[in-house]
Amino acid sequence: MIQAIAFYLFAGIVIASAVMVIMSRNPVHSVLWLILAFFNAAGLMVLVGAEFIAMLLVIVYVGAVAVLFLFVVMMLDIDFAAMRAGFIKNFPLGIAVAVILLAELVLGLGAYQAGGLKLGTPDGLASERANVSNIEAIGALLYGRYIVLFEIAGIILLVAMIGAIVLTHREPKPGARGRQDIGKQISRRPEEATVMKSPEYGQGVEL
Amino acid sequence: MIGIEHYLVVGAILFVLGVLGIFLNRKNVIVILMAVELILLAVNINLVAFSAFMDDLVGQVFAMMVLTVAAAEAAIGLAILVIYYRGRGTIAVDDVNRMKG
Repeated sequence: MIQAIAFYLFAGIVIASAVMVIMSRNPVHSVLWLILAFFNAAGLMVLVGAEFIAMLLVIVYVGAVAVLFLFVVMMLDIDFAAMRAGFIKNFPLGIAVAVILLAELVLGLGAYQAGGLKLGTPDGLASERANVSNIEAIGALLYGRYIVLFEIAGIILLVAMIGAIVLTHREPKPGARGRQDIGKQISRRPEEATVMKSPEYGQGVEL
Repeated sequence: MIGIEHYLVVGAILFVLGVLGIFLNRKNVIVILMAVELILLAVNINLVAFSAFMDDLVGQVFAMMVLTVAAAEAAIGLAILVIYYRGRGTIAVDDVNRMKG
């Protein structure tokens, strides 16, 4: 009973805030609704026993992705009113596509419920899971059988990080004040940096 | 009692809302990216629901992979958005005809 109440609460808030994400006039509000949607989706996942993915959702989506969105939305100075010009014009087409898509998905769900789909069988990992926590079981799987997948995930993140840095890095104007040319600095040798002179008394030095 | 169908319905509705968001906010790339995040969230809900109700942990491992790709996609997408804005002073995507091969 309590599980059903929690499920309907979380599911209702997820769907309502998803509607607000796409309908909101101000993208800052969209991001905040998106954060609410992620939190409640995490709640749905906790209900079903997937604590690790739920926490990952909160940490990665809310903590990183949503904050990134927030930064970008607030950093760019955009006339958002003009952005909504095509909203009404696109509405009928969008609704039509959405209804067709939903009908297809419901059809698929009906076929699944009627037993028309064979989904394969569990691979016996469930018995391992019986007496360990969710995160322990996922850890055993992730660092064991799916280590390659894990490494690939790391590579993807590395490539994304380097890509984002390369894309947004702005080369400063040459000769700008305060510029540091590291190559020039470290290739400097004592012989060419200092010079010994012994000038006569009362005379200056010419370098 | 809550079964897998309930979760699948939530996932389906979220997915459709994401697609609808792409159609409705054709001019605003930021909201389009958020709609893509909603779609990926729907996929994750489906993966986790199947994983939990069919007692197979691999679905959760794959959900983590989807999460990784979603984070990478958001970072790259927003970086492209920032440099596009820097060059044009706007992010209206319906006149992106500057990128002639």
